[in-house]
Amino acid sequence: MSQPTTKDHAALAEAFIKDEERVDWHDGALWYIREKRDIASKGIPEWEDLREAASQIKSNVISNLHEYLLQFEANLKKNGITVHWADTPEEHNEIVYAILKAKEIDQMVKSKSMLTEECGLNEYLEERGIGVINSDLGEYIQQLDNEPPSHIVLPCIHKRKEEIGELFHEHLGTEKGLSDPTQLTRVARKHLRNVFMTRRAALTGVNFAVAETGEYVVCTNEGNADMGAHLSEVQIASMGLEKIIPQKKHLGVFLRLLARSATGQPITIYSSHYKKPREGQEMHLILVNAGRTRQLGRKDFQDSLKCIKCGACMNTCPVYRKSGGLSYHNTISGPIGAILAPNLDMKRHADLPFASTLCGSCSNVCPVKINIHDQLYKWRQEIVKEGYATNTKVFGMKAMAWTLSSSDKLATAGRAGRWFMQNVPFVVNNKLNPWYKQRDMPEGPKESFTEWYIKNEQNKPD
Amino acid sequence: MNVGLFIPCYVNQFYPNAARATLELLKKTGVNVGYPTKQICCGQPMANSGFEHLAQDCNNTFIENFASFDYIVGPSASCILHLKDHLHSDTQEDKATEMRGKVYELVEFLTDVLKIESLDATFPHKVGLHHSCHGLRGLHLAQMSELNAPDFSKPQKLLAMVKGLEQVPLDRCDECCGFGGVFSVSEEAVSVKMGKDRVRDHTRNGAEYITSSDLSCLMHMEGILHRNNGNVKVIHISEILNATL
Repeated sequence: MSQPTTKDHAALAEAFIKDEERVDWHDGALWYIREKRDIASKGIPEWEDLREAASQIKSNVISNLHEYLLQFEANLKKNGITVHWADTPEEHNEIVYAILKAKEIDQMVKSKSMLTEECGLNEYLEERGIGVINSDLGEYIQQLDNEPPSHIVLPCIHKRKEEIGELFHEHLGTEKGLSDPTQLTRVARKHLRNVFMTRRAALTGVNFAVAETGEYVVCTNEGNADMGAHLSEVQIASMGLEKIIPQKKHLGVFLRLLARSATGQPITIYSSHYKKPREGQEMHLILVNAGRTRQLGRKDFQDSLKCIKCGACMNTCPVYRKSGGLSYHNTISGPIGAILAPNLDMKRHADLPFASTLCGSCSNVCPVKINIHDQLYKWRQEIVKEGYATNTKVFGMKAMAWTLSSSDKLATAGRAGRWFMQNVPFVVNNKLNPWYKQRDMPEGPKESFTEWYIKNEQNKPD
Repeated sequence: MNVGLFIPCYVNQFYPNAARATLELLKKTGVNVGYPTKQICCGQPMANSGFEHLAQDCNNTFIENFASFDYIVGPSASCILHLKDHLHSDTQEDKATEMRGKVYELVEFLTDVLKIESLDATFPHKVGLHHSCHGLRGLHLAQMSELNAPDFSKPQKLLAMVKGLEQVPLDRCDECCGFGGVFSVSEEAVSVKMGKDRVRDHTRNGAEYITSSDLSCLMHMEGILHRNNGNVKVIHISEILNATL
C-alpha cells in the first residue's frame, strides 16, 4: 500500500499529536498490552533464560544461514512442497503471479504477512487483475481504508471502534453508528467466510520454518490462516530468509516467547504446522531475500535479523505510543523498523534512527535480545558518515563541537548566556526555537558553578 | 581517595546549585575532591546525533583534566554513561580505557564505592523519583520494569535515609520523559508530549518535587511545568541528599 513519503517522522508525529485525546487513548491501549506482557513474562520464572536461549539459537541461525536454508529446501522438496527463491520484492511478486496465472486463478485470500506488505504484493496483483482479500481482521480493516498497517501485530490499533464502524457502514453496508466490537466482528466474519469458501488460492506468512523437518509454523489468533489454507487448492507461503529455526524442539522456546511478548497470551490460539500438500493440492513456499543478506553482511546490524516480529518493542516504545505507527512511513514501524529500514534505503529512512530517545526499553522487552537501542545509535553514526544528515544538522553540530571543545570558548558562550539553547542544532539557523514552543528555558543563574568555585573554593586554605 | 568532580557543561551553566550540593555531599563523606576548572563537555550531544567523530577534542580534554584522579564522579547519569561507553582517544587509548572503568555517577558512587549506610539529611516533602533511562537501563541504578529479575533501587535506598521524605508511587515507574538530547528539539512534538505525560504521573500521585539523578530530564520537565504554571518543582537528587533544615 502507498506509504507517505514527503514528510519525515517528526512532521508526521506532530500531525498525529495534534489530537491529544486520541494520542492518550492510543498510548493507553498499547501500554495496556505492555502491562499484559509484563504479567505474562513474570509468570514464568525461566523467562530471562528463555530469552537468552532464543537469542543464542538465532545467533546460530545467522551464522549458519546458508546450510540451514539448503537443509530446509531439501526437506520441503521431500515433503512435496515446491520451493522458489526470490532475491527482490519484484521477483517475489512475479513468482506469486506466475503460480496463480498457471492455475487461471484471479482471486486470492491472504492471511497476515508483513513480508507481502513489504513487497507491495496486493497492488502488484491488483494491477494484473487479481483480487486479494486480507483475512486477518486488522489487515482487512486497513485494506478497506486503503491504508497500510500501523503495527505488525495490531494492524489497526490506531483506529477507534467508531471509525471502524464508519468504514463498515461505507464498505459493508452496516447500520450507521454501529460501533460495538462484537457486532462489527460478526459482520466481518460473515464477509470473510464467503471469501474463504470461494477462493481457490490462499497465501500465508511464516512465523517459524523448521530446517530439520521442512515444515513451517503459522501463528494466528483468528484461525484465518488455517481457514484459507484448508479450503484452497493452491497454498502459497512467503517467508523472509531469517525465519529459519534449526530444529522442531526449538519451537518450545519460540512459541512460549512469541505470544507472551506480543499480547501477553501464553500461546497464540492457533500454532499451525504445515508440512505436506493434501491430495490434489499444490503447495509453494517462496524464500525471499529483499535486502536481508545485505543486513547479514553489516556486522553491527546483523542481529536485527533475529526478530520474530512480536511487536513488543512497539508497545513499550513511548515514541511509538505517542506518534503512531504510520509516522514511521515504513512497513515495519517502531524501534525494530527503525533499525531495519535504513538497510533497505538509507536516504529515505535517514530520519528513523533519530526517532528515539535511546531509552533502551525496546532492547529489554525483545524476546530474542536484539540490542535495538545500540543499533539505533550506530545507525546514526552510519547515516551521518554516508552524508544523509540534513545540512542544518551538520552545521549546528560543527558549531556545537567547536564551542564545547574548549573551556574558554565554552565559558564565553556560557557567559553570553544560555549556550545550550544557542548551540543546539536547528536553533542556530532558526528564528523559532523549538525548545521554547511548549517549554520554558531554565532560568540562567548569576554565575556558573566554575565561576563560583574559582571565587569561593579554589583559593580557600584547607 | 582523590575524587575528580565532573560537572556536565549544562549543569555548570544552568544548575550550579546541584553542582555545589554534589561537591558538599562528597566532602561530607570525607573524600578529597578536586574540581579541574578547565573541564568541558563529555561529547554526548554530538555522539548521540551521529557525530561521534566530532567529539575527539572533548575526549582528549576530558582525559587531560581527569587522568590523575582515583575516581571521577559526576551528577549526571547520562553523561557518565556516555563516558563509560564512548570515551576513546586516538593518542592515549590506554588512559581512556582505564578511565572508562573509574567514572561514576553520584548515586552509584555513594552506594557502590563509598557504601553509604546513613545520611545526615532532612527533606520533609513528598517526592517522586524520575529514573533517567541512561541511569536505569545504562548504569543499572535500579531494576528495570521490563525484566523478570529481583527488585533493587540505589537512588531509593539513598532517599530512604533522608528524614521526613515521603516517596510517592508512580503509575509508570520507569517511563522515559522524552528529553533525549537533540531529540528534544528535532522531535519537539513527541518530546513535549512525553514530558507532559511524565509530569502528570508525578502530579497525579501527589508529588511536591520531582527528583532524578539526571538534570537533563529535570530541565525538560521543569520547562513544561513552568510553562503550564505547575506548582511541582524539580530538584536534583544531590540537593535532597545534601539538604538540612
